[in-house]
Amino acid sequence: MAYSDKVVDHYNNPRNVGSFPKETPGLGTGLVGAPECGDVMKLQIKVNVDTGVIEDAKFKTFGCGSAIASSSLATEWLKGKTVDEAAKIKNTDIVNELKLPPVKIHCSVLAEDAIKAALADYREKQAAAPAAANSE
Amino acid sequence: MALKFPIFMDAQSTTPCDPRVVEAMLPYFTEKFGHPASRNHPFGWEAEAAVDSARAKLARLIGARDPKELVFTSGGTESINLALKGVAEMYREKGNHIVTTVIEQRAGLDVCKRLERQGFTVTYVPVQPDGLVDAEEIRKAITDKTTLISVMFANNEVGTIQDIAAIGRLAKEKGILFHTDATQAFGKVPINVEAMGIDLLSATAHLIYGPKGVGALYVRRKAPRVRLVPLIDGGGHERGMRSGTLPVPLIVGFGKATEICAEVMAEEGARLGKLRDQLQDMILSNVEEAYLNGHPERRLPQNLNISFAYVEGESVLMGLNKETALSSGSACTSATLEPSYVIGALGASAELAHSSIRFSLHRFTTEEEVEFVGKRTIDVVKRLREMSPLYELAKEGVDLKSIHWKAE
Repeated sequence: MAYSDKVVDHYNNPRNVGSFPKETPGLGTGLVGAPECGDVMKLQIKVNVDTGVIEDAKFKTFGCGSAIASSSLATEWLKGKTVDEAAKIKNTDIVNELKLPPVKIHCSVLAEDAIKAALADYREKQAAAPAAANSE
Repeated sequence: MALKFPIFMDAQSTTPCDPRVVEAMLPYFTEKFGHPASRNHPFGWEAEAAVDSARAKLARLIGARDPKELVFTSGGTESINLALKGVAEMYREKGNHIVTTVIEQRAGLDVCKRLERQGFTVTYVPVQPDGLVDAEEIRKAITDKTTLISVMFANNEVGTIQDIAAIGRLAKEKGILFHTDATQAFGKVPINVEAMGIDLLSATAHLIYGPKGVGALYVRRKAPRVRLVPLIDGGGHERGMRSGTLPVPLIVGFGKATEICAEVMAEEGARLGKLRDQLQDMILSNVEEAYLNGHPERRLPQNLNISFAYVEGESVLMGLNKETALSSGSACTSATLEPSYVIGALGASAELAHSSIRFSLHRFTTEEEVEFVGKRTIDVVKRLREMSPLYELAKEGVDLKSIHWKAE
């Protein structure tokens, strides 16, 4: 199977690979997939707790080139979006942007799941620490 | 010597034709185009002589008593179909049970599945972690209804070579026919159908530097005389077992490829085995948690199969595919979206099955190529591990099995 130029570009030059320190304020982490399925994505967002804007995002992915590209693209798109805007990213947007073939659609679904999991984790952490979330 | 890209190291999927093979074939497309069944003119005689000569070369390579015991087919898949379906149907009165293994190639397994739908029963014997089938397991699986044992000679993914002679002895002792899928072993390692007690043997030309589209099935004629129901009816060619005009140029090519293999087998096997060991040592000594799949000694000299923990196979291939052609047991590289059932059958976790890479060397592989591929593989695996959440977790001391993964 030949890969689209965009998938190849993200694979060769993945954006935002890495992890944030665990104590980073405004952190949200999503870890989705399973090793036995051949795909695991870890996607992290660093949110400005005052404005709700995602200031930075990082990923690490175990998976095929399309899975790496999907998560790399997701981190690019997340940066600068508010958490509410981020929740609107759909797997189909990723499919269209990367021109993923049908057999690779699950990679985009996993990336959407990773975004949702990171957002949910962020919200959970903020709810657990309301003082920090509402500080001036 | 300058490297020429892309480097082909996927020689258990297919091989390039040896130029000597192509040269031998060419006249049979144009001036020597006769039909070998045309008994009344020189064109036919010439074609028949060419086919007979090729048949004799195949017979010699596997120690068959009589060249007539070789039937030409369209390839390995057809040979396996003919052997299994042909025997199952012919001996149906005697019994309806077949014993095979879980690591047969798809053709073998798929034929068995079809036979099961047609009322036959099949026992799929497991393999040990090193890929070897224990003949005792086969003995246990045999019933009074068993008519055929089918075990591959050498595995296509991990290259493990079975103790064919032991299985052959068992088959003789029990009076059951024995087929071996030797598509990966034919021309690569010594085979003797008499000494090994083989009754039927499948082979193909394109894995031994011959053309695609031609294969052969050895069908024993004496002690015992094996009979088959043909898959294809027609003019009664090939002793009635496989009708259809023989593809003379392809058969001539198969014969030439076989002849060359017979000449160079020992030397070529030693050379490729040395290069393979070099590649293996290079990778295993530079990459932690890289695991050799299959038996470390009893395997084809050109095969190397390694699982790299924490990285997925297709992503490794993608990092190499501009320069190097390899294959992986990753689900993403298979049509079924399942990871390698062969690596799985050796007891490896699904994760490691997704992470397996097969390197297969061939006649034209050079030491420079091996060095290049080894170095690049190490680089790519290291780069992907830096990107892998599993590697990160493992480095932090987290037991990956302790995590509750949400499978899709």
